[in-house]
Amino acid sequence: MQPDLFRIRRVVKETSDTFTLELMPVEAYYVHSFDPGQFNMLYVFGVGEIPISISGDPAHPERLIHTVRAVGAVTNAMNTLEVGDVVGVRGPYGTPWPVKAAKGHDVVFIAGGIGLAPLRSALYQILARREEYGKIVLLYGTRSPEDILYRRDLERLRSRFDLEVHVTVDYAGTRWQGNVGVVTKLIPKAPFDPTQALAMVCGPEVMMRFTAAELEKRGVSSDKIYLSLERNMKCAVGFCGHCQFGSKFICQDGPVFAYDQVRQWINRWEV
Amino acid sequence: MITVEEMISTHKFFQGMNPEHLHFIAGCASNVSVNSGDYIFHEGEPAEQFFMIRHGMVAIETHDLRKGPIRIQTIMEDNVLGWSWLFPPYKWQNDAHAMTLVRMTAFDGKCLREKCDADHNLGYELMKRFAGVLLEHLRATRLQAMNLYD
Amino acid sequence: MDKQPFVIDSTCFQQLIDVLRGRGYRVIGPTVRDDAITYDEIGSVSDLPIGWTDKQDGGTYQLERRSDDAYFGYVVAAQSWKRLLHPPTARIWQAQRTEQGFAVVPDEGDQPPYAFLGVRACELCAIAIQDRVFMGGAFVDPIYARNREGVFIVAMNCTQAGGTCFCVSTGTGPNASTGFDLALTEVVDADSHYFLAEVGTERGASVLDDMSHRDATEDEIARAHGLVATVAKHMGRTVDLSNTKQQLYESYESPHWEEIAQRCLMCGNCTMVCPTCFCATVEDTTDLTGDHAERRRLWDSCFTMDFSYIHGGSVRYTPKARYRQWLTHKMATWIDEFGMRGCVGCGRCITWCPVGIDITAELKAIQESHPVQHLQEEQP
Repeated sequence: MQPDLFRIRRVVKETSDTFTLELMPVEAYYVHSFDPGQFNMLYVFGVGEIPISISGDPAHPERLIHTVRAVGAVTNAMNTLEVGDVVGVRGPYGTPWPVKAAKGHDVVFIAGGIGLAPLRSALYQILARREEYGKIVLLYGTRSPEDILYRRDLERLRSRFDLEVHVTVDYAGTRWQGNVGVVTKLIPKAPFDPTQALAMVCGPEVMMRFTAAELEKRGVSSDKIYLSLERNMKCAVGFCGHCQFGSKFICQDGPVFAYDQVRQWINRWEV
Repeated sequence: MITVEEMISTHKFFQGMNPEHLHFIAGCASNVSVNSGDYIFHEGEPAEQFFMIRHGMVAIETHDLRKGPIRIQTIMEDNVLGWSWLFPPYKWQNDAHAMTLVRMTAFDGKCLREKCDADHNLGYELMKRFAGVLLEHLRATRLQAMNLYD
Repeated sequence: MDKQPFVIDSTCFQQLIDVLRGRGYRVIGPTVRDDAITYDEIGSVSDLPIGWTDKQDGGTYQLERRSDDAYFGYVVAAQSWKRLLHPPTARIWQAQRTEQGFAVVPDEGDQPPYAFLGVRACELCAIAIQDRVFMGGAFVDPIYARNREGVFIVAMNCTQAGGTCFCVSTGTGPNASTGFDLALTEVVDADSHYFLAEVGTERGASVLDDMSHRDATEDEIARAHGLVATVAKHMGRTVDLSNTKQQLYESYESPHWEEIAQRCLMCGNCTMVCPTCFCATVEDTTDLTGDHAERRRLWDSCFTMDFSYIHGGSVRYTPKARYRQWLTHKMATWIDEFGMRGCVGCGRCITWCPVGIDITAELKAIQESHPVQHLQEEQP
């Protein structure tokens, strides 16, 4: 299980603590295909390795994109890397978003904070075959306007006529002319038919719990609500035991789960 | 243009109330509009009204000494604005700032309070509905207070 | 396989070790070290714990002299064969900085295969469980596979039960039924000392052919089988595991977990001695120049605070949640993960717990406790 070498082609500073790395393989012929929702283990030489979801377009795996939040030793080290530096990549691992199963449905994306990153891949793939889906709605909540991720992408999406994007923040100053409030408040009025809907949700676990409950309240069936869960990961291949969540290994049975698969664990403490 | 009476009798907030009560409420109501950027009410002012937003968006704000006005919630169309009229000390708890041109139906809270004291059935019906509004605010505020995204 | 058992006289036992070594195996067997029995490389019968037995109970392990000279007269060694197959530390790869960035060099092992001499029935099951964990899923662990390849297994049926054993409750013993090349049962009498030998594989038969052995008599077979059957009646512990998965799934909120947490030191001994616990962590280091990096794998334990750490804190930050994780994994979620229970009833966790926490007693307590915190009625 050793990493493949990738060179950093582009670094984008997204928000105060979040940045995006665009990687390309050192071996030119190597194609790192992936499905949306999957993640890679990224290795910084001598520092360590961490799981990061892939947030680029699956149709263009030659540009392997990861959005990272600088919160620990490895991610802070990654934040100092520059264009041309080499990182190790193992993957892709994990279960993907149910893009195919969502065909014919109204698709509701609900993202909180950096949770927008793994959802973006699914959004790309679904928009590439827009005609196969019903209504598409993206609800995005984050802490404040300065923390909005992929702001230009969101603005571009909002300008389309074939989907709706609603953004909200937990608090703002007066320059913010958009919604202020927790993202779950956007669910009751969001324009989709709950009996025909499939939801993909990603964000802090508390937010996902309340979002799933709110979606169910609105009439979306629990086997059509998908969450992307997160736990400590060391190996990503089901051997180290760290990512266990009840009877599931997040690295193999997840990170994407249908709500009814994990309902008995997610509402319990310290599982 | 829809009359106050028509709006009240079809709005989901008042659904289930008896026609007499609705008629009385309509008698306490009038249509108002507020320009974009104006304040509808300020923290500490007497709270003698509540509003049904028919068009536009309103920000609930608190003024912080160092940071200036902080928006903690936005209220959209078809939602109720203002609950402080129903509970002592009957003073607004926050500022309400019109983010766009806002058209609202304004209800005379003082008049309704007096009627509720006399007619407890009306009081119960209104209290039930406003309790629901407060519950939703509380749930949202609790989640926002958790700093989920840290 | 030919069902005819054979007999190896104790005086010929050395030949078994010699034949295996002659075929290039590193023979690992029980030996006494530091007042305990441990599995280590042996070369001679005299390395075996001749005439020793182990007295095990909650938080207690003591070697005692037997009244006979049995070679395998103990129950289970302090640690298990896991140390050999899934070693406590292992280097996974090295990396060197280069002009291109860096280059990764995997570690290839080049060691001769092991022969395990004296594997108990419960240990055979534990090896089978780890085979499933490391080689039976979507990925294969190369370190385990490398160590496991070609291992020659000589099982040794138990002729006495241990103080903390409950293999009958877990259905994993005392009789070795599968997964071995040869299965031996030691019989020590006033006037005879022999090993009944049952063949499990072709190469087991071939090893036997290279050493002195003869057909077993009916008496000898009956005597050996009888000893093992008696063991089943003298288990140190018993526990009803017929519905444990469901019971544990419903007991996440049981107040008993907190009761255990008052006693548990979170030391992780149980996870180290347990023959099926497999959790490991990864360590990335560089040398002083910063040009050479290594990735090592090390045993880890779900009892540590760090184990479940994600940015911001640990998911299982209370001791009760961590003990609950271990027990529920071993007895319940393991079944959904791997299709079998994670416990083989060897009793090591009971023996080596410094405060003698008994997994069988705790299971019973969970089964009998209320599933949720109960509001007590006030007494007038």
